Amino acid sequence: MQFNLNGADVEVHSHPMSRLLDVLREELKLTGSKEGCGEGECGACTVLVDGEPVCSCLVPVAQVAGAQVVTIEGLGGDHPLQKLFMNEVGAQCGICTPGMIMAALTLPDNPTLDDVKTALAGNLCRCTGYSAIYRAVLKWKEAE
Amino acid sequence: MNAVGSSVPRKDGIGKATGAARYADDLVFPGMLHGRTIRSTVPRGRIESIRFDFDTTGFTIVDYRDVPAKNAVDLMSQDQPFLAEHEVKHMAEPILLIAHEDKEKLNAASVIIGYDEEEPLFDPEKSPLSFKDIDIVKGDTDHALEQADVVVEGVYRTGHQEHVYIEPNGVIAVPEEGGVAIYGSVQCPFYVIKALRCMLGSAHPNVRVIQTETGGGFGGKEEYPSMIAGHAVLLALKSGRPVKIIYDRAEDMVATTKRHPSIVRHRTGLTRDGKLVAMDIDVLLDGGAYVTLSPTVLSRGCIHAAGPYSCDNVHIRGRTVFTNTPPNGAFRGFGAPQTEFAVEVHMDRIAERLGMDPVELRRINALRPGDITATGQTLRSDASAHMVLEEAVRRTDFDRKRKEWKGTTKSIGLSLFYHGAGFTGAGERNLKSKARLELTPTGVRIAVGSTEIGQGTRTMHAQIVTDALGIPYESVEVAQPDTSRVADSGPTVASRTCMVVGKILEECAIEMRSKLGGLSPSEYYEKNGELSIERMYEPPDWIQWDDSTYRGDAYATYGWGCDVVELELDPDTFEVRPIKLTAVQEFGRPIHPALARGQIEGGTAQGLGYALLENVVMKNGAMANSQLTNYVIPTTLDMPELDVVMMENPYPGGPFGAKGLGELPMDGPAPAVVNAIRALGIDLREIPATPERLATAPAI
Amino acid sequence: MRTAMSELDLRIATSVKDALTILRDEPRTPIAGATDVYVALNFGTLAPRQFLDIWELDELRTISIHEDTLVIGALTSYTALIQSHLVGQRVPMLVEASRLVGGVQIQNRGTLGGNIANGSPAADGVPVLSATDAIVVLRSLDGERRIPINSFYTGYRSTVMKPDELIVAIEIPPVAGKQWFRKVGTRQAQAISKIVMAATRSASPKIALGSVAPTVVRAKMTEQALASGASIDEAAEILGTEITPIDDVRSTADYRMRVSQNLLRRFWADTA
Repeated sequence: MQFNLNGADVEVHSHPMSRLLDVLREELKLTGSKEGCGEGECGACTVLVDGEPVCSCLVPVAQVAGAQVVTIEGLGGDHPLQKLFMNEVGAQCGICTPGMIMAALTLPDNPTLDDVKTALAGNLCRCTGYSAIYRAVLKWKEAE
Repeated sequence: MNAVGSSVPRKDGIGKATGAARYADDLVFPGMLHGRTIRSTVPRGRIESIRFDFDTTGFTIVDYRDVPAKNAVDLMSQDQPFLAEHEVKHMAEPILLIAHEDKEKLNAASVIIGYDEEEPLFDPEKSPLSFKDIDIVKGDTDHALEQADVVVEGVYRTGHQEHVYIEPNGVIAVPEEGGVAIYGSVQCPFYVIKALRCMLGSAHPNVRVIQTETGGGFGGKEEYPSMIAGHAVLLALKSGRPVKIIYDRAEDMVATTKRHPSIVRHRTGLTRDGKLVAMDIDVLLDGGAYVTLSPTVLSRGCIHAAGPYSCDNVHIRGRTVFTNTPPNGAFRGFGAPQTEFAVEVHMDRIAERLGMDPVELRRINALRPGDITATGQTLRSDASAHMVLEEAVRRTDFDRKRKEWKGTTKSIGLSLFYHGAGFTGAGERNLKSKARLELTPTGVRIAVGSTEIGQGTRTMHAQIVTDALGIPYESVEVAQPDTSRVADSGPTVASRTCMVVGKILEECAIEMRSKLGGLSPSEYYEKNGELSIERMYEPPDWIQWDDSTYRGDAYATYGWGCDVVELELDPDTFEVRPIKLTAVQEFGRPIHPALARGQIEGGTAQGLGYALLENVVMKNGAMANSQLTNYVIPTTLDMPELDVVMMENPYPGGPFGAKGLGELPMDGPAPAVVNAIRALGIDLREIPATPERLATAPAI
Repeated sequence: MRTAMSELDLRIATSVKDALTILRDEPRTPIAGATDVYVALNFGTLAPRQFLDIWELDELRTISIHEDTLVIGALTSYTALIQSHLVGQRVPMLVEASRLVGGVQIQNRGTLGGNIANGSPAADGVPVLSATDAIVVLRSLDGERRIPINSFYTGYRSTVMKPDELIVAIEIPPVAGKQWFRKVGTRQAQAISKIVMAATRSASPKIALGSVAPTVVRAKMTEQALASGASIDEAAEILGTEITPIDDVRSTADYRMRVSQNLLRRFWADTA
């Protein structure tokens, strides 16, 4: 089946019930999206499907046929939010960071702290206590 | 411009934020097999039969007979087998290992094991076997209790806590020329080497351990990785192929180590003015089925059990005992969160009993420089109990809020705590930790066994070396910990990575600087070639410690903290909503302020989870709520506003005055939360302070 | 992921008619947002291995008013419910419930129809539907059946659905009175409810609770007591006889009982 991944069309051959996360990591070799729980609780596997953050560990790959999927790799590597996550120490061990960034991408302009917290409530971080993540995200929005 | 003291760009690069950083499960090797652990499904019994209910073609199967030399994980004791031989002592104990190319075939393989079950022991208070007993005696508590004006007693309990590093345990064992390489999510690569060498014996192939980018540790990857690495190596040796073992979340939660549950009894004598005269303390830790690190967890727990208070008569008796549950192990704080929870809630109960202000009670008793601790250590000028207490009380307007909120559903509570940095007593001397600094054509390379697990090791070490050597920060690189390529710096635990290993690096840099004789690294390299400085840690010579009597200087220095929690109780649902947590912490001085702040914010969040949310439900000796849906850690919406204050009181023996920081923040939140709940009139003496517990707790 | 892919079979429906034709001919489990599928498969609580993907059926995503009844397509996601003006105007407590489902990622995929069909007693949307006397519209090739949500469940995770039926819509008649909703979870976000209550206050109060029995409970005796002037304390006692909470890994029967009664009182005081 086919879908658009990070701006380019791809064809995959995995079983249609394969989890999107596994197709990304194993067939497509994009290991930026992580498995932290396999239950849709931690958000480390978050990717965008047609612009919406979803847990890729819960999505059967058949359901993204023809859709636009964006993963952390699709940001190119020097997105301002990525730099801020490192500089503001929004990333400590980094395992939650790709999912956290993907979830943060769809925030509207001028978000309040509450908006940020709500947008990231589906992403667990065990290292930071979240404060530095808010700092990174709000700085990014301010500069935008 | 000094690197130390500024929040310089991190040495991790940007990989963590781009998905380029490689964690264990991201690595793939040609011909790789996937490995799976077949575990016991009873908490205690003899193994009667093993039957393979699947087509074993293409499978590698390993049992205890495949262990070359010694079937024991070499740690403090050698009581824990890599694979059970004839009996199992806990649920989920590893019995067999299987590997296959195809993950589906691997997961579908059904192994039927028959047991002759025996009656398991789950209650630590009924355990007949103590792994370690500790007795700390100062003065004469019996006599002092008799003479005391007031005696207050209490029993305090804490449950298991699960680490929930977002990356579960995982390793890959890869046969290579002359041996095996183990890539994995580990905190202590040299612990793994030690365990593997013991397992493999004198004819062992060469083993080296390479730490992959690690998605959180918190102690859960201190000693446990020796087990999973041993398993992967056994499968790799038998199959001749790389073997990857990655636990899924449920397996990780059920089978790997957790924080020791505790029951702590206090019997405290005071004058009627609130001066402590006697502290009689009993500490019981549930160690699970094997020793692992229980003796040292008990040790740290006992040493901190009297809290940051001055008292002439102290008697602390500690035991860590066997139960038929998965062994408990290292977790940030390592015994201190348990015992400091108990003493801090007990202090508030004392205040309640005396009709005293809890701040005033602490003012009267908190340790000062020159005071003597329970183990007989005389504290020096770097003791900051009063400094952090006063700052926290002032900053939060504690006294006013305490009065104003009385009788409402809002409340405020505090905790005063401390945390010894580095290994206890002679521990650092015994570790003989080393650090190495190597000249490169463009600068220097740090070659230490300390691991980056999110706390900022790479960056913080580079900052120290930068300033001590006087070279640009950009020219300092940090080697990935590969045991064949770096010095054994001891484990990345016990809040020692900066204070101890950073100190050795500072010394290496000073020595190198003198050898460079004014030349830059590249100039020297071009002229003279390679230069490598390796040094061993020299603990301060004033440290005196007697392991047999548990007396002397327990730690070279301590970090100090005072946490204040403001919260609100929902009277309908008994849910506690923390509104604000003010964390005042003194740890010498920060090397990298933003990373240090991150340790405090993160450790505080973990402490809040410990206090309010994290409940390990045990059924038949195993964790029944082994999914992140049912074992809940704080989300963004569960976190209060965090106000972090970093105070300074340099420790001369640390690099640039730094002490240890990693664990200190863990000790404060739980007692501060429970003390705030107590101020609402609820007599709570255990955590987690779930709504179910609050609903049934008696009134004070 | 412990379940073998090779055991699973997926067909993809191209239209509702196509889906219904397949369901008539083959025993398949429809999957929409799939937020519980892999969890249940791995946990061993989902036995079926043949699935029918209905995610593409946009005709089941409309929200409209028909003869003063709010008609919500079964594939409406929680995010869509939150963003819908119509839902916000008529059943704001459904928006409240939707905001408390999981996090954003789950809200983007979870659907109202899926929540109903999955049959968890802890479903957050179902008490809202129960308290508003919503109707579940089932369709098969033989036509439609309209089943009140309060007759939809026959027991723990059992419904009156036939294997060849799909939920196509949920109809919510106009809601009289003030709406009140409260979810008590294990934490503030991404939480399974320990107790969830939806209620409306009018001359005929309506009270529905989840997570306190094998299915959603519409507390009719409690409602009648309140409607006929009983005191709130009497009503709370009656509520205690209408719910059968249990101990589980998340909470206790005693806590659920006590808090349900507290929530009843809070509802009554808040909507006075």
